[in-house]
Amino acid sequence: MTERPTDAPLWQRSSGQLARLKSRHRAERRFKAYGIAALVTAAGFLFLLLGGIAYKAHPAFLQTSIELSVYFDPAVIDPEGTHEPEVLRRADYGALISRSLAELFPEVTERKEKRALQKLVSPSARHELRALLLDDPGLIGRTERISFPAASDLDMLIKGQIARDVPETERRLSDRQIAWIDALDEQGAIDLGFNHRFFTNADSRYPETAGIWGAVVGSFFTLLMTLVLAFPIGVASAIYLEEFAPKNRWTDFIEVNVNNLAAVPSIIFGLLGLAIFLQVFELPRSAPIVGGLTLMLMTLPTIIITTRAALGAVPPSIREAAYGIGASPMQVVTQHVLPLALPGILTGTIIGMARALGETAPLLMIGMVAFIMEIPEGPFDPATVLPVQVFLWADRPERGFLEKTSAAIIVLLVFLIAMNAIAIYLRKRFEKKW
Amino acid sequence: MAVSAEESRDAVQDAGGGVTGEVKMATRGLDVFYGENQALHGVDIDILESKVTALIGPSGCGKSTFLRCLNRMNDIIETCRVEGEVTFDGADIYDRAIDPVQLRARVGMVFQKPNPFPKSIYENVAYGPKIHGLANSTSELDEIVEVSLKRAGLFDEVVDRMAEPGTSLSGGQQQRLCIARAIAVSPEVILMDEPCSALDPIATARVEELIDELRARYTIVIVTHNMQQAARVSQFTAFFHLGEIIEYGKTEKIFTDPAEQKTQDYITGRFG
Ligand SMILES: Nc1ncnc2c1ncn2[C@@H]1O[C@H](COP(=O)(O)OP(=O)(O)OP(=O)(O)O)[C@@H](O)[C@H]1O
Ligand SMILES: [Mg+2]
Repeated sequence: MTERPTDAPLWQRSSGQLARLKSRHRAERRFKAYGIAALVTAAGFLFLLLGGIAYKAHPAFLQTSIELSVYFDPAVIDPEGTHEPEVLRRADYGALISRSLAELFPEVTERKEKRALQKLVSPSARHELRALLLDDPGLIGRTERISFPAASDLDMLIKGQIARDVPETERRLSDRQIAWIDALDEQGAIDLGFNHRFFTNADSRYPETAGIWGAVVGSFFTLLMTLVLAFPIGVASAIYLEEFAPKNRWTDFIEVNVNNLAAVPSIIFGLLGLAIFLQVFELPRSAPIVGGLTLMLMTLPTIIITTRAALGAVPPSIREAAYGIGASPMQVVTQHVLPLALPGILTGTIIGMARALGETAPLLMIGMVAFIMEIPEGPFDPATVLPVQVFLWADRPERGFLEKTSAAIIVLLVFLIAMNAIAIYLRKRFEKKW
Repeated sequence: MAVSAEESRDAVQDAGGGVTGEVKMATRGLDVFYGENQALHGVDIDILESKVTALIGPSGCGKSTFLRCLNRMNDIIETCRVEGEVTFDGADIYDRAIDPVQLRARVGMVFQKPNPFPKSIYENVAYGPKIHGLANSTSELDEIVEVSLKRAGLFDEVVDRMAEPGTSLSGGQQQRLCIARAIAVSPEVILMDEPCSALDPIATARVEELIDELRARYTIVIVTHNMQQAARVSQFTAFFHLGEIIEYGKTEKIFTDPAEQKTQDYITGRFG
């Protein structure tokens, strides 16, 4: 017997139906809750990861500098007044800096003490001074206030990474040195400012002048080579396989192999690159051209697979329409199928490139792990790339490289996010409805 | 008295079944295979110039397959194999010397689902003339587009929105756009595969009117599941069943006095 009163509206259900309905709603709510919980967990870990890196990295974007009055003494730089660049290049700039420091602290006379005082300024300060003078030889004979990178230990002290209250023997800075630093600070010679060197320099032995720009340029040339080679070859192969090739055992064989290649560990491609590009073709070691070629091998299968998927997703009705009006197979592909598949192709390519940007292992095999202090000027110059730079810095014992490692990770992530954003933008931009 | 299928096919050949006139396209012994499956068995038919020929028959009997043989659209189906003879103005279209691209410019096609290109309305119609080099100047192209849209009865509705995408039109308008696109390359034959199946009755009526007008210039072959539509628009009707032509003749004859029992059963809705 039904519990529904005969005059009740249709949507009133019996208690059995109501119970079932309730349990269905409960199941739905439960499912939603699981989903939200999973999302929150994932977001939490992501936040912890990124937050941790950002927290460790942020001091790297600041750098302590020391401002000193430097007298460009002609007697030291160019005693004979030749103005020859060769002479200017050879001059002892370290002596100029030592003299400026000595003027500030005349009481320091002992040799060992003097050395300790000089250690407050980065060893690369004299290179900067030389570059400054070579740029403008008119400085000779003048006195200028010049801002030098402080040595890493001083930098660490200012940033609070070296504690003052530990016993002197367990500290990298002596009590004397700390006293000098405080004196300099009082004069206003010490300044914690934006670390522009990090964004303009290549790698360096000293953390205070090590920069990411060399790796960024290296990554750029490497990815450029990868893109220029992998995009046309990959898209053309995919178009041929998807649109023109007969379906037979050969094309099946090729398809299976392309899919397998996509799953091959990247280090194998590195070995292949080593064997072919370095040993057979004898291309230069550590160069973006070889890195690009090796990463191309790795990216090609990804581009072929995503391009084929994008082509296959174009509705057959568009092909029929074009054929029906008398378009040739080539016209059908280039004028109708490709434009519709383009968003998918571009997305796949950029995702492939993003993977290549983050790839380290194959590049280790072809020698892109070298310590390179020059910013590469072309794809044939020795270079390193961002993930390898992270790897190299993570290996350095100096404390100052700890924050640099995290900062390099941040830069790498920024590039990856930018590339993915471009992929999304392109997909939206070229997406057409049919 | 019922006539056997053999005799009815003879009747077609000597045009005794009332099929008289200029033959535009013809097939003889047409067999079509999809892999191992045979979809058409020895189809012989004459399609007359400036007439509308309707193809009717139950689902899966091979109407679309047959239609696609007439402009070699089956070529793009990998597994499809065509045997026998198909002629256009007496020339075998499956001859090696015939370029299917040229053939499709002369034998146009309109599909079951409207399939405009995801381009502007203008581009949709102008595309065919452009690739076949039918216009020497933009003004000539504009004229072709206008005439085609007028013949398809769509011009007044889209005259102010030529730059909008063809996909923004309603279903019925899209189908007329596809018809305009097909006639823009000045074909001699237009093949239509259930052109009204996705349309409402009003849009259907418009397309039917259009077919009647187009008959003066083009030879039309239309597949339809709608008996009334076949009766309204066509002069000749072929009834397909299981890949064979059971009966072919004048439309009135097929619908009022079919020679075959199967035809009778199908048009009265007793099977199919
Ligand atoms: N692309 C294909 N591959 C394999 N077999 C096909 C293909 N297209 C059609 N067939 C087969 O050929 C036969 C005829 O199909 P066809 O599409 O010509 O029928 P139809 O008369 O147009 O049917 P409908 O009225 O449902 O459109 C069917 O048995 C079908 O399964
Ligand atoms: Mg069909």
